[in-house]
Amino acid sequence: MADAEGPADTAAGNRQWSEWMACAQAGDQRVYERLLRECVPFIAMVARSKGVPADRVDDVVQDVLMTIHRARHTYDPGRPFTAWLRVIVQRRAIDVMRRTWRQNSREIYAPLLFESYADPGAQAPDGLEKSGFSEQLAGAMASLSPGQRDALERLALQEQSLGEAAAATGRSKGALKVNLHRAINALRAQMKGRE
Amino acid sequence: MTPPGAFSHDRLIGRLAADLQPVDPLRRFGWQAAAWLGVVVAGGGLLAFFANLPAAKEHLMSAPDMWLAAIGSALTAILGAIAAFQLSLPDRKSLWALLPLPGLAVWLGASGLGCLRTVVEMGITEEILAETRHCLAVMLVLSLPLSVALIAMLRRGYSIRPNLTGQVAGVAVSGASVTLLNLVLPHDPSIIGIAMHGLGIALVSFANNLTGGRIFSR
Repeated sequence: MADAEGPADTAAGNRQWSEWMACAQAGDQRVYERLLRECVPFIAMVARSKGVPADRVDDVVQDVLMTIHRARHTYDPGRPFTAWLRVIVQRRAIDVMRRTWRQNSREIYAPLLFESYADPGAQAPDGLEKSGFSEQLAGAMASLSPGQRDALERLALQEQSLGEAAAATGRSKGALKVNLHRAINALRAQMKGRE
Repeated sequence: MTPPGAFSHDRLIGRLAADLQPVDPLRRFGWQAAAWLGVVVAGGGLLAFFANLPAAKEHLMSAPDMWLAAIGSALTAILGAIAAFQLSLPDRKSLWALLPLPGLAVWLGASGLGCLRTVVEMGITEEILAETRHCLAVMLVLSLPLSVALIAMLRRGYSIRPNLTGQVAGVAVSGASVTLLNLVLPHDPSIIGIAMHGLGIALVSFANNLTGGRIFSR
């Protein structure tokens, strides 16, 4: 049995994980779930060692869990599991850091901006209700296709990550992003028509 | 204390485990490169029925840069195929992408030298430019079935660098199609040299990058 401190650090633990992955390839859900749970600290450790910021480590963990799931047929049980996993984590860590860098180069996090410069045109919540805005918004949401509505609810309202939403719906992250983008465009177009 | 993110990981792990289906592990997937090269050889055998082999051989042997370029393109196809299959496995290093470079250097180097020889001897004529366009068209046509076969085989893996895999696959396909071109269209590789080969590699790699990148990133 792999110990709780770090089975990947020992040859026996590594062998254990290799055996568990072989069982997962054969379809053993219980062992697979246990393997993924035990991998999480190892994935986080490798991600941190690659320089992933602390607030992005969970993104790397989720991306890696999804990759393990999709690429599990490529694992050769004759090879060390941790070596296989480590390369995947390193690659996903680089992907997340690139994504973060791109995001930071385009967006500025300045929450105080809204406190210092309040929007004079903003309506109070009761004003919104009186103007019938929420009913119109609900109507506009109802007019979306099921896929678009589902993507909007999961990603924008329930604040699920792309990985979670993809796992829950069985759709790819790209498809979810496209659905969300189209849903927002459709809502924007409908609400503009209302003005 | 429960670490941050633990609940969402738990939920995701639960869903992934519930979604688990048995799979057949890929074994010796790198050897699939030999299978694709077998497809190329079979295509060459088919083309040989319609080719004038003695004339093609004589043509290739007429100058060292001609047969060197052919060897280089064949080497590029072999090394490129091996690299593409390695890159389509998630635990392989990106350095595999450098494997076809020796073949590519021989191929483009010999073509470049031949190109210089031809320009010095004959200059650039309208006839040479027409032959170049013709060769490029045939190379692209030959690339299509080879690309389809290679992408279909690579898709059995799972690439975490889909674009790089597509580009290296494009280099392998370019090498294979130019090698086969020597059979069906006895041309002077030195004439079309860098221009045609460089453009051909760029076009095929770009197409594979676009299609392969999308197909591999599941």
